[in-house]
Amino acid sequence: MSGVSNDDSHDHSQRYVISATNLTKKYGDFTAVDDISFHVPAGESFGLLGPNGAGKSTTMRMIGGVSQRTSGSLSIMGLDPEQHGPEVRAHLGVVPQQDNLDEELKVRDNLLVYGRYFGLPMSYLKPRADELLEFAQLTDKAKAKVDALSGGMKRRLTIARSLINEPSILLLDEPTTGLDPQARHILWDRLFRLKEAGTTLILTTHYMDEAEQLCDRLIVVDKGRIMAEGSPASLIREYSTREVLELRFGSERNATVGAELEGIGERLETLPDRVLVYAHDGEAALEQVHARGLHPLTSLVRRSSLEDVFLRLTGRSLVD
Amino acid sequence: MTEQAALTGTAAPGAPRRAHSPAVSAARARRWGAFYYAEQVLRVMKGYGWTIVMYGVGQPVAYLFAMGVGLATLVDTRGAAGFGGVSYLAFIAPALLISAAVMAAANEFTFPVMDGFKWRRVYYGPHASPLTPEQIAAGQIIAVTVRFLLQSAIYFAVVALFGASPSGWGWLSVPVATLAGLSFGLPLMAYAASIKNDKGQFAMVMRFIVMPLFLFSGTFFPLETLPLGVRWVGWISPIWHGTELGRMATYGYQEPPAVTAVHLLFLVALAVAGWILTKRQFAKRMGS
Ligand SMILES: Nc1ncnc2c1ncn2[C@@H]1O[C@H](COP(=O)(O)OP(=O)(O)OP(=O)(O)O)[C@@H](O)[C@H]1O
Ligand SMILES: [Mg+2]
Repeated sequence: MSGVSNDDSHDHSQRYVISATNLTKKYGDFTAVDDISFHVPAGESFGLLGPNGAGKSTTMRMIGGVSQRTSGSLSIMGLDPEQHGPEVRAHLGVVPQQDNLDEELKVRDNLLVYGRYFGLPMSYLKPRADELLEFAQLTDKAKAKVDALSGGMKRRLTIARSLINEPSILLLDEPTTGLDPQARHILWDRLFRLKEAGTTLILTTHYMDEAEQLCDRLIVVDKGRIMAEGSPASLIREYSTREVLELRFGSERNATVGAELEGIGERLETLPDRVLVYAHDGEAALEQVHARGLHPLTSLVRRSSLEDVFLRLTGRSLVD
Repeated sequence: MTEQAALTGTAAPGAPRRAHSPAVSAARARRWGAFYYAEQVLRVMKGYGWTIVMYGVGQPVAYLFAMGVGLATLVDTRGAAGFGGVSYLAFIAPALLISAAVMAAANEFTFPVMDGFKWRRVYYGPHASPLTPEQIAAGQIIAVTVRFLLQSAIYFAVVALFGASPSGWGWLSVPVATLAGLSFGLPLMAYAASIKNDKGQFAMVMRFIVMPLFLFSGTFFPLETLPLGVRWVGWISPIWHGTELGRMATYGYQEPPAVTAVHLLFLVALAVAGWILTKRQFAKRMGS
C-alpha cells in the first residue's frame, strides 16, 4: 500500500515469505483484484477480510500459483509462482474455498495420494496420515469413502490434507465455513499451535471473531482494493469507537428514527433491523436516547468489533 | 498426544522436519509428477476394476460368439476368400479388439475430464500441489493407457482361446489396440477439456462419430467392398488403421510395407496432435 516501490521488491523477498506488489487480476474487462500490495513476514498470521466478490479467493489462488496474474509482481519464498510453480507449491498447504477431495477414494487414501504428489514416500506418509486423521477427528472414518462424510467432516479432511507435506505456509480460504462451533474452536486451537510452531498462515474469513482470534494483521478488501490494513485492535481503534449501542425500534421505525438520534455519540449507522450508535461510552449514549423520550424495543451496549470496522469501510455488514 | 505430534512435526523451530524438504518435493514432482497422478487415477479405477474386466472379457465373448460363431456359419459357407482366406471369426476378431479399445477411449477421455474440470473438480486438488496441469493430463493418459493394455490383453486372450489368432504374432494386436485407443482418445480429450457445459456433446460423439466409425471401418467386411463414397470414413478412422495392423498381427494379412507405415504414422500423428492440444487446453483452463 504505502510507499512500496518496485525497485526494493528484491529486498522484500529476503525478509518476507510472501510479497505482493501492485498485484492485479482481470477477467476480461472486469478487475477482480485491483493493484494491491502486501508483505507477509515468516510466522505471521495474515488475514484477508472482505464481502462476497471482493477478490479474496482470486488473491489466494494467485499466491497458490494456480491463477496467473494480469500484472504486478508476486514472490513466495523469494520465487515467482508463475516461473517456479512446483517449487513454490511444494512449500504450501492449501485449503481452497470449495472442497475438492477425491470422492471415490477412502478418507485415508485421500491423504496418502495427496502426499504422493509431493513425492513423499509411504514410510513417511502412513504414520503422517494417521496423525492427521487424529488431528481432524476422523480416525474412525479412515476407511469410509469421502462420499459418506458430512460437509463439516469433508472440510476437516481438506484441512488435514493441506498439512500432509508439513507446509511452512498455509493458505486457508474460509477454512471454518460449514464447521459446527465446537469444530471451529478446535480448529482455531490447532491453527494457533501451527502458528506457534512457526507456520505462516494466510486466511480469509467472513467471521469477525475468527479474524480477531487468529490474525496478527489483516487487510480489509472490497471490490479488489485494499481499504485498510492493520492489526484487529488497531483497526478497531482507528475506524470505530470503543463501544457501540445497538438499538432496535422495529423495522418500520429504524429508518426514520435516525434524525431524532442526531448528535448522540460520534456516528450513527442505520441498518434495516437496527440502528448503531458509535460512542465512547455506550451507557451514557443510551441515557441520552432515553432523555430524548425515545424508547427502543431493545438496546444493547457492546464493544466495537471488526464488524464495525467493516461496516464503516465498505458500507456493508459482513454476512455470509 | 498424537495430535500434538501432528502439529509439532510441522516446522517447529528446532524440531526436525520429518518430510523431505520442499526443494526435494519440487524436484521429484517435476520429474515423476505424471506418474504420481497416474497412480491416483489407477487407484480410482481399481474401484471399478470389475467393470473393466467384465468389459474386457464379457464383450469379446458375446461378440465373438454371436458374430464369429453364429454369423460365421452363414458367412463362411459363402467362401472365405472374401476375407483374406481366413475364417470370418479370425477376420473380425482383431477388428473387435481394436474397436473395444476405441470405445473405451470414448468413455475414459470424456466424462472423467468433465469430472476433473467441472463436476467434482478432481483436477483442482492436485493442481494446488507441485504437479502441473500438463502432468495431470499426462498422468490421466498414462493410467488410461494401462487400462487399454490390460483390457486388450484380456480381450486378446479370449480371442486366442476361440482359436481366432492363428499367427504367433497375434499379441502385437494388444499394443496396436492401445495405440488406436490413444489416437482416437487424445483429440477427444482435448475437445472434452474445452467444453464448459455438458449439453449432451459426449452422447453425440458416441452416436455420430464412434458408431459410424465402428460400422464403416472394415470391421465386419473388407473396406474395399464399400462404395468409394463411404470408403473415406475408413481412411480417417483410427479403427480401420488399427484393424489393418491388427489383422497383420493375428493372421498374417498381407499389404505393402508403405501402407503399413501409413497406418502407423496416421495413428501416431493423431495421438501426438491430440496430446499437444490437450496439454495446451489443460494449461490454459487451469491457469486462468
Ligand atoms: N474464473 C473467473 N472468471 C470470471 N470472473 C471471476 C472468476 N473468478 C472470480 N471472478 C470474479 O472475480 C470477483 C472476485 O471473486 P473472488 O472469488 O475472488 O471473491 P471472494 O472475495 O473470494 O468472494 P467470496 O467471499 O464470495 O468467496 C467476483 O466478482 C467474481 O465474479
Ligand atoms: Mg472466496
